[in-house]
Amino acid sequence: MTKSMTGAKMVVQALVDQGVDVVFGYPGGAVLPIYDEIFQQNHIKHVLVRHEQGAVHAAEGYARSTGKVGVALVTSGPGATNAVTGLTDALMDSIPILVLTGQVPTFMIGSDAFQEADTVGITRPCTKHNWLVKETDKLSATMHEAFHVATSGRPGPVLIDIPKDVQFATGSYTPRQKMESHYHPQVKGDQDMITELARAMETAKRPIFYTGGGVINSGPAASQLLRELVAATGFPITSTLMGLGAYPASGENWLGMLGMHGLYEANMAMHDCDLMINIGARFDDRITGRIDAFSPKSKKAHIDIDVSSINKVIHVDMPILGDVAHVLEDLLKIWKAGGRKTDKDALGLWWSQINEWRKVDCLKFEQKGKVIKPQYALQRLEELTKKYDRYICTEVGQHQMWAAQYMGFEDPNRWMTSGGLGTMGYGFPASVGVQMAHPDALVINVAGEASWLMNMQELGTAMQYNLPVKQFILNNERLGMVRQWQELLHGERYSSSWSESLPDFVKLADAFGAKGILCSDPDTLDDAIMEMLTHDGPVLFDCLVEKHENCFPMIPSGKPHNEMLLGENADTANAIQSGGAVLV
Amino acid sequence: MSALKIKKGASSHSAYDLRTPFGDTVEQHTLAVVVENEPGVLARVIGLFSGRGYNIESLTVAEIDHTGHQSRITIVTSGTPQVIQQIKSQLGRIVTVHTVNDLTVEGPSVERELALFKVAGKGDHRVEALRLADIFRANVVDSTLNSFVFEITGTPEKIDAFADLMRPLGLEEVARTGVAALARGV
Repeated sequence: MTKSMTGAKMVVQALVDQGVDVVFGYPGGAVLPIYDEIFQQNHIKHVLVRHEQGAVHAAEGYARSTGKVGVALVTSGPGATNAVTGLTDALMDSIPILVLTGQVPTFMIGSDAFQEADTVGITRPCTKHNWLVKETDKLSATMHEAFHVATSGRPGPVLIDIPKDVQFATGSYTPRQKMESHYHPQVKGDQDMITELARAMETAKRPIFYTGGGVINSGPAASQLLRELVAATGFPITSTLMGLGAYPASGENWLGMLGMHGLYEANMAMHDCDLMINIGARFDDRITGRIDAFSPKSKKAHIDIDVSSINKVIHVDMPILGDVAHVLEDLLKIWKAGGRKTDKDALGLWWSQINEWRKVDCLKFEQKGKVIKPQYALQRLEELTKKYDRYICTEVGQHQMWAAQYMGFEDPNRWMTSGGLGTMGYGFPASVGVQMAHPDALVINVAGEASWLMNMQELGTAMQYNLPVKQFILNNERLGMVRQWQELLHGERYSSSWSESLPDFVKLADAFGAKGILCSDPDTLDDAIMEMLTHDGPVLFDCLVEKHENCFPMIPSGKPHNEMLLGENADTANAIQSGGAVLV
Repeated sequence: MSALKIKKGASSHSAYDLRTPFGDTVEQHTLAVVVENEPGVLARVIGLFSGRGYNIESLTVAEIDHTGHQSRITIVTSGTPQVIQQIKSQLGRIVTVHTVNDLTVEGPSVERELALFKVAGKGDHRVEALRLADIFRANVVDSTLNSFVFEITGTPEKIDAFADLMRPLGLEEVARTGVAALARGV
């Protein structure tokens, strides 16, 4: 039964049919009919953000913490262009979101009308797919297809541009079940190749699982299967930034995060392994370091749902195209059915080597004196919050790496961070989105003061909807990561990398009606954190930390995994040579 | 989407063989891409090439199935085997792309291009141009007292050769369609 209704009503109806309960948005001329429909219903809650970028990041936070599609609604022109950063962020990190943009009426498209922008043109390279809908009759089917595309295969952001006359006009509504799409990516892996991998796992002497965000995106079953596989084999496991939580940080086979600021043992194991099993990661440049010296002695298997990720950067011996959960299920079946066994003796030697590397204790630091070390702040935050039903967001920079190093993630979908694009300003609006999805959970955004200021206007959103998000700002009055690179690479010339004229964060919180807490003394840190946790409402925690702390371990640009810089005493003088200097 | 299906036992002649050893030699490949004929689909394909820094040597596009809303884009591109593989994979994951076929490695294929040449001249040059056109089986589609327009169909190499010969005879203007290609047999 097709029903007749206006385009604006169709938008709301399709969202309801797709199970959407919250939309993050900002009204404007070209979306007024949709806002009018939102006003007249109670199924979908609309969260008014303070900037369209915030809406998209909030939708990302919602999507990452639930596995569902996050939805943002913005107007034409500036509304759409402000959404571009969030779309690109979601594309890089494979986050399923739907952005609905208003557009000038169809008869005015191309006339440089007020608030007109070529939205589908601008967003074509930063969406998985986008549509300009020019007929109301096609709107609802497009909405349903958009949800299908966003969540099928490698997830990603989609956008629908809806001219205002299409919102006003009446057409027939296509129900969700009637949606047709030719887009059906392959989810099941090649059985022969999976068997070949199982065989390689039997004979491997120095194996390692290298997992990524694909495990999280594949759903909770994938994380469960991964844990079973690790338990069945006893292999060590490391993960990219995006994959944290798929395997629990408390698990005994956990080596910690790998990559540029990854743990020594994880990177050394990657370099020296003889079998690398990449599960849903993409050999990003933050992971590989120097390509021609990347894990030179290993056979490599790569499980990925995106055919273009396979052999893009690193040539692999066992490519397996498919969804992580599907492939792991088959792999486990093949592993168990054959009564397969690992090479226990070799594995024992491998673990003793790994334990030698662990003794380096690459994350050690000394909290002494009256200044808080950022690592200490995060260690205390971890200790005092790990028992909670907890979600952690971050901004981008040193604090992000320290959070990844010093905080432990036991479950998937608990860690929201901008990995691929590295978007400063991501974390605060993302925390708003997470808190909307999980009203009773503890949601913390670990931030740097510079990143946090990039989308600080969302404090208004947090206040309006009474979202008790905790903004834990490690304030070093510097752009810490930029400063670190200038120290290592640019002769300690700190060009524009310190923050002058910073606001008084406690007063800033006060101005919005939120709670501000200032802490600069390691002795009162625990009490201050507890005060933050017990306050029922948004908190701005201004944690003044050591200003010149560097983030270690670090693989300098252009260096392989086994040439890491460790700790404060690292010889950083000539760490990065001219070849590496051009890399970011 | 068929572009994502790796054939079992794919050989080095398969478009989706992921195990080709990577070489450094730049190869030229002709790709046939069947797409959903909808607004912006060409921009998606071209944007992929410009955004990721791939080469386009030639590109043709036209609707091939009006009722099925399908267009065929024929792209001649060049790159190392790894780059070619990436191009095919990246094309294959575009939502509105139905199939990607690499006509260069998937067996024999025919490639044809159509070109129009305007040649102006008098006397011997004019006679010689006409004589060469005959050898190349080019047709005269326009004629004035001091010019011809030749229509020629063939491989890009043949058209290049014809252009080289026409240049000293008064070549004024060239219009080329780019390559259209099909696999031989069924």
